[in-house]
Amino acid sequence: MSKQTYKWIGTRPDRPDGADKVTGRARFGADFNMPGQLVGKVLRSPHAHARIRSIDTSAAEALPGVKAVVTSKDFPEQANLIVPTGEMQVNLRDVTRNVMAREKVLYESHAVAAVAATTDAIASAALALIKVEYDVLPHVIDVTEAMQEGAPILHDHLITDGVEPRPTKASNIAKRIDNAKGDIDAGFAEAEVVIERSYTTQPVHQGYIEPHATLASASEDGQIQLWSTTQGHFQVRGFCSRLLNIELSQIRVTPTEIGGGFGGKTVVYLEPLAVRLSQKSGKPVKMVMSRDEVFRASGPAPGATVRVKIGAKRDGRIVAADCTIAMQAGAFPGSPIGPACWTSFACYDIANVRVVGYDVVSNRPKVAAYRAPGAPISAWGVESTLDILAQELRMDPIDLRLKNAAKKGTKTSYGPTFDTIGFVETLEAAKSSAHYRSKVKPGMARGVAAGFWFNVGADSSAAAHVAEDGTVTIISGNPDIGGSRASLALMAAEELGIDYDKVRPVIADTSSIGFNFVTGGSRVTFATGLAVVNSVRDMVRELKGRAAKTWGVDVEGVIWENGQAKPAGSNVGVFEPLTLAQLAATAGKTGGPINGHAQLNVQGAGPGFGVHIVDLAVDQETAIVTIDRYTAVQDVGTAIHPSYVEGQLQGGAVQGIGWALNEEYIYNAKGKLENAGFLDYRIPVASDLPMIETILVEVPNPTHPYGVRGVGEVPIVPPLATMGNAIARATGVRMTDLPMSPPRLSAALDAAMPRAAAE
Amino acid sequence: MAKLHVSTTINGEPAEFLCDVSQTILDVLRDQLGLTGTKEGCGSGDCGACSITLDDRLICGCLMLAAEAEGRRIETIEGMAKGDRLHALQKKFIEFAALQCGICTPGFLVASRALLAHNPDPSETEIRYWLAGNLCRCTGYDKIVRAVMEVARDMRETTR
Ligand code: FES
Ligand code: FES
Repeated sequence: MSKQTYKWIGTRPDRPDGADKVTGRARFGADFNMPGQLVGKVLRSPHAHARIRSIDTSAAEALPGVKAVVTSKDFPEQANLIVPTGEMQVNLRDVTRNVMAREKVLYESHAVAAVAATTDAIASAALALIKVEYDVLPHVIDVTEAMQEGAPILHDHLITDGVEPRPTKASNIAKRIDNAKGDIDAGFAEAEVVIERSYTTQPVHQGYIEPHATLASASEDGQIQLWSTTQGHFQVRGFCSRLLNIELSQIRVTPTEIGGGFGGKTVVYLEPLAVRLSQKSGKPVKMVMSRDEVFRASGPAPGATVRVKIGAKRDGRIVAADCTIAMQAGAFPGSPIGPACWTSFACYDIANVRVVGYDVVSNRPKVAAYRAPGAPISAWGVESTLDILAQELRMDPIDLRLKNAAKKGTKTSYGPTFDTIGFVETLEAAKSSAHYRSKVKPGMARGVAAGFWFNVGADSSAAAHVAEDGTVTIISGNPDIGGSRASLALMAAEELGIDYDKVRPVIADTSSIGFNFVTGGSRVTFATGLAVVNSVRDMVRELKGRAAKTWGVDVEGVIWENGQAKPAGSNVGVFEPLTLAQLAATAGKTGGPINGHAQLNVQGAGPGFGVHIVDLAVDQETAIVTIDRYTAVQDVGTAIHPSYVEGQLQGGAVQGIGWALNEEYIYNAKGKLENAGFLDYRIPVASDLPMIETILVEVPNPTHPYGVRGVGEVPIVPPLATMGNAIARATGVRMTDLPMSPPRLSAALDAAMPRAAAE
Repeated sequence: MAKLHVSTTINGEPAEFLCDVSQTILDVLRDQLGLTGTKEGCGSGDCGACSITLDDRLICGCLMLAAEAEGRRIETIEGMAKGDRLHALQKKFIEFAALQCGICTPGFLVASRALLAHNPDPSETEIRYWLAGNLCRCTGYDKIVRAVMEVARDMRETTR
């Protein structure tokens, strides 16, 4: 396909919200206030697992300045009902118990009550006056232990789904899933080399710098206004409606600017509590989590165990692949075990595949989505195993992947057959990159790994309005976390043929635009972008009609080009083109305001593939890993605003590096988190890193008018194994447990030492 | 307990406020003075979102008691643009896409300005270590470091 030339797409203009964000004017979740607002705070469980015998709130209620106290009694019981949200399925029975514990507390810091008071100090004092009697129960933190016979059971009603015959006893295994292709036993029988390893990963937090925050105002007539830092204000509305039995149209949620989410802000924690407190007190209630609460009580990504077995011919052709993943869901079922399984071998065209997954509950906070949910975990196992295979076969790791790469027409193990995809192009770009062609410096080693993400379409609504002077507003309903307003405005400008700075994008609240699915799944530039393009096309249809009316010709005789209506040909007549501004100025006479609308359920999200390369050194004494050079290569479809596409690759890669090297949840014997702060839960800082080089491979998505593919999620998938593969080549020690932090890595190096000395 | 009366200077303007002894300057800036450009990411000195300067020294607003502002000079992100002119760092951050969500941006800008005041010719490594107290979860730091390097170069050229 020859490359399209565009006027705006692919350029790098200033983002529409830039000035507000560099001056401190932009308002994030905790920056909203209302006159007379109260401070809301949550009382949290000191135990990892306990039955709640009683809660006595009378002393707290009697404290002057306390205006409302809520417990689970203030929230109606919910049916065992699965509804989709974010990239996960949730059960409302569980959601109401996660926002406020009912019969039991299931993890340390599980919410048990909340208060609203006139000051922060009074709210804190009130929490201390609430008496909760607990019967402490044995707890289980580890996923393997939680699966054992005799493990403490979290939910007496939980029967493992997906096994035949259906078990009769309650278990912590919520479900078993599998998918397969070909004949796995025949595949392994055919193999000349078989590599099998087991891996573990630890839970990691999304680590958005802005804590959860909300402001709720309930009026006496039942209307609710809510400000929330969220990836999906329509989901916030939906949850509050269900959990509190309020009609959807009575709730208006305004998304604030959002200080990072990465999947973690697709669920609700504070919002239903704030609404209920506001209803009871008759005052606006503001709630902001502390960082400690964010770590202990908001969703991390799961940890897991992953067993991978790959069989290949001596020439590198993979003939069989088997993978079993057991994943922590946290206190309630619903880990991203599905995507972890489906993505595991999605990069490769393998005849015989079997993947089995288990969703396992334990006494940890309920997991939430985190960038390509589940995929980095299976990729850690699969891509590490492939590296061992490449070493065994003495093959270049990129050549091994090229030999087995999925292409257009490859049928995946989980069902779909790929349309045009860019994995081969991405591998080739990595192979011919300056980084990969450079010599590895002495004392350094190089690692490579790949990654895949489906990308998502789903529901989007958009509107386009032209003002009297011909400038345009495009209205959509997805919170912008990483520059999506710029991308939407670029597509609108391209479509309309007007300048980018004549288009102003805004994000509307739930009452001002139709439904939009969350900002997540790498869907906004793709799906909401398509809704914006279609709303602009709808507006152009109207504009052509107005020109036709002005000229007294048929609308078929009018075309739209470079921001102007023109006669389609000389047979239509000779007319001076009418610009958008001219048509807008006369709109009153030709039929009134000129707007466009679109609402879509978008299908055909093009999957994305990434390949990362690292050069690093491992200090033999301290086991500190120093990254010398890092390159992220990815098929991005079309880069609408390349700077923000590069930014996605860089940010995702660095989150993956943190996951690989440092980040983990550390629990003590009592089931309490020991590192709930940025000092002890160490995310990468500037001095840990070099520049992150990016190579944008553009293989347009055939289902999108501008070829857009989602780009945000793929880049967190390859880094874990990229780092592990380089560390294995640097030290001769293959790490199978994450994170490869100095204590863990130095223990592994020490353990390998006597053997190395003896050999 | 009676509140303390504090007289100070914020972004070049005289300012007065009443505060509790235990209140941080971050709380006073955000909750009492309406200066919400300074952010709270952790409240424990670990993220740098609350970066401000006190008599030109870079500090974490969440670690300083409000009462300590008495007679001192405080600069926040709101004082960085002059009139309708953005500071060179602010312009370069937008141009280089050095922000995604933008929650860390005020802290990075205040910290970067303090760096350039202190060292007009920083190496990439010096920039990375100076900014190591500011966490950004979105960008991987690449574009932030490049923006600061470029502004330092521009500033050196114009003063030469
Ligand atoms: S809020 Fe002050 S350092 Fe994080
Ligand atoms: S831009 Fe989001 S934390 Fe830095």
